[in-house]
Amino acid sequence: MAPPQSAPATAPVLEIHDLTKVYRMGEVEVHALKGINLSVEQGEFVAIMGPSGSGKSTLMNIIGCLDRPTAGTYRLDGIDVSRLDRDQRAEIRNDKIGFVFQSFNLLARTRATENVELPLLYGNLGLTAPERAKRSREALARVGLAGREDHYPSQLSGGQQQRVAIARALVTDPAILLADEPTGNLDSRTSEEVIGIFQGLNDAGKTVILITHEPDIAAHARRVVYVRDGLIWRDERIVQVRAKHPDAAAEGPEPAVAFPFTIAPPEEVVR
Amino acid sequence: MKVSAMRMLNITKVGLMAIARNKMRSLLTMLGIIIGVACVITMVAVGTGASSSIQATINSLGSNFIMIFPGAAMSGGMRSFTGESKLTPEDVTAIKAECPAVSYASAGTRTNAQIVAGEQNWGTQVWGVDVDWPFIRAWNVADGDFFTDVDVRTATRVCVLGATVAENLFPAGDAVGSSIRIKHLPFKVVGVLERKGGNMMGQDQDDQIIAPYTTVMKQLLGSPRISMIYISARSADQVQEAQNEIDALMRQRHRIPPGQESDVNMRSQEEIASTSEQTSKTLSILLGSAAAISLLVGGIGIMNIMLVSVTERTREIGVRLAIGAKGRHVLLQFLLEAIALSVVGGAIGVGLGLLIPNLVTRFAGLPTQVSTGSVLLAFGFAAAIGVFFGFYPARKASRLDPIDALRYE
Repeated sequence: MAPPQSAPATAPVLEIHDLTKVYRMGEVEVHALKGINLSVEQGEFVAIMGPSGSGKSTLMNIIGCLDRPTAGTYRLDGIDVSRLDRDQRAEIRNDKIGFVFQSFNLLARTRATENVELPLLYGNLGLTAPERAKRSREALARVGLAGREDHYPSQLSGGQQQRVAIARALVTDPAILLADEPTGNLDSRTSEEVIGIFQGLNDAGKTVILITHEPDIAAHARRVVYVRDGLIWRDERIVQVRAKHPDAAAEGPEPAVAFPFTIAPPEEVVR
Repeated sequence: MKVSAMRMLNITKVGLMAIARNKMRSLLTMLGIIIGVACVITMVAVGTGASSSIQATINSLGSNFIMIFPGAAMSGGMRSFTGESKLTPEDVTAIKAECPAVSYASAGTRTNAQIVAGEQNWGTQVWGVDVDWPFIRAWNVADGDFFTDVDVRTATRVCVLGATVAENLFPAGDAVGSSIRIKHLPFKVVGVLERKGGNMMGQDQDDQIIAPYTTVMKQLLGSPRISMIYISARSADQVQEAQNEIDALMRQRHRIPPGQESDVNMRSQEEIASTSEQTSKTLSILLGSAAAISLLVGGIGIMNIMLVSVTERTREIGVRLAIGAKGRHVLLQFLLEAIALSVVGGAIGVGLGLLIPNLVTRFAGLPTQVSTGSVLLAFGFAAAIGVFFGFYPARKASRLDPIDALRYE
């Protein structure tokens, strides 16, 4: 089916209202989300933080249209996606969401460009092979991998693999980029590099939602949403003092200073 | 719809890419199907070859051939096969005169003898027949002539040698015109028969001497009876008619009332053929089903590997689902992969199936005949197996939950 028409650009790209999720584990009901309200505007860079068991992953799965809420509404790019069936959600995922995973999840023995083309194979755009290849090359160029299109994942470093994954997320020009612990498998220097890519994309207008438990990483966002016990505990906008390059960061004020949670009591902060 | 057609094409490509990426495993997976298909084609080829060689042997008996030989005899209420023939040369004359469906008839009588020709000697059987015999058996003289009607009427001591006998008695090839001794009586060799090879029982049909039946009866056996009658019906359609006419005539001549068992037996070429056809058909079915089972086992092998592949690629499936593949796209991808494996395996199997029967013929000396039907059947069966055994793993893959699949280690 064709997805419904998008709402005017002024509406929030992501609008969650009284969202709950209840899992049934035999006799026991687990309330993973107990009433989430969240609105994300076009062009925001939001980090969602929270300890394990907070409902952070459940929220991400629902935002990513991988799962459905038990109650409440979720509008993505103007479309109410909270009641869509499996196939409809697949279309929304293809069209509106760009996924970036912790473990890259590239297809092995498949060239970078073919990995990036993958979402286009399932989409409704009806692109020809040369058009797909062109888009794939453009996406790879945006993440700084021009010239490495024909490399296999095994020939790329972890940071480069994650950049291929970001290119794959970008290739359909989705409404949101949804990154789940994108730096979890990377060392700190490469993490900075990858987060820099997200910042660059955000600067160019892309809406980015980042799920992380690392305050250092969350500090790169413009807004941090802290989830605890199935509820949004804090929702803060950060005065972002953004360094364009990791090298330049040392000269300016420390980004961590602007990050509110570093002063929170240790037991309330993720590990 | 253009977009969905294009998407199908893309997914087909995705499935084929997966095969190309795992070449070794794909080959091993296909092995079962390859062996199965090659087996079916080879086995059917061997079976068909065997049955057509039997058929050729039966046809070598002659066209529309009927054989009459003595049956059970009644003597005082005791029924037994006495071996004593009730057939006489007059029966043959009567058949020729009174059975319109019969075109040729020849008496047949037989004795064993040690033959001497100069320095050489050879033990063989001597058949006494009439001049119709070469027409009934469709058996021509290669060298010289067959004996004549006059020779039969006057019981002349002439004979025609089978190719094997001629070779053994006259290694120089100068048989025609020579003289041989059968049971101490001199016979003139007037001809040598063409080579015909073994019969159904594997006996050498060329190891015999043919002489006028009158000569054999009077000079070698001293018996008024003949041991059998060779008949040729006018056409294949008239074989049954000829048998009916002969049966009626024999009952009348031998005074056997209808309903009672006749004292002669008849076997037509068709009856002999249908018996052996049955045998070779059974053989073909047996070989074919053994091969079909190996094809089935090959199919199970594909299912096995596809299940392993689905488990192994759970994360890949998760990624595909996350980036927008629908359940049916994943189903199609894995199903196509299974079908492609079995079709490619089937094609290789067909190649081998065309090659192996040649090798069997060359090295084992067995006649083989590859039939188009078996090739199509085996290939079609292989493709069907791909669909059948590929469906379960593919459905399993398509029903995975993307969240679980992405988390799968």
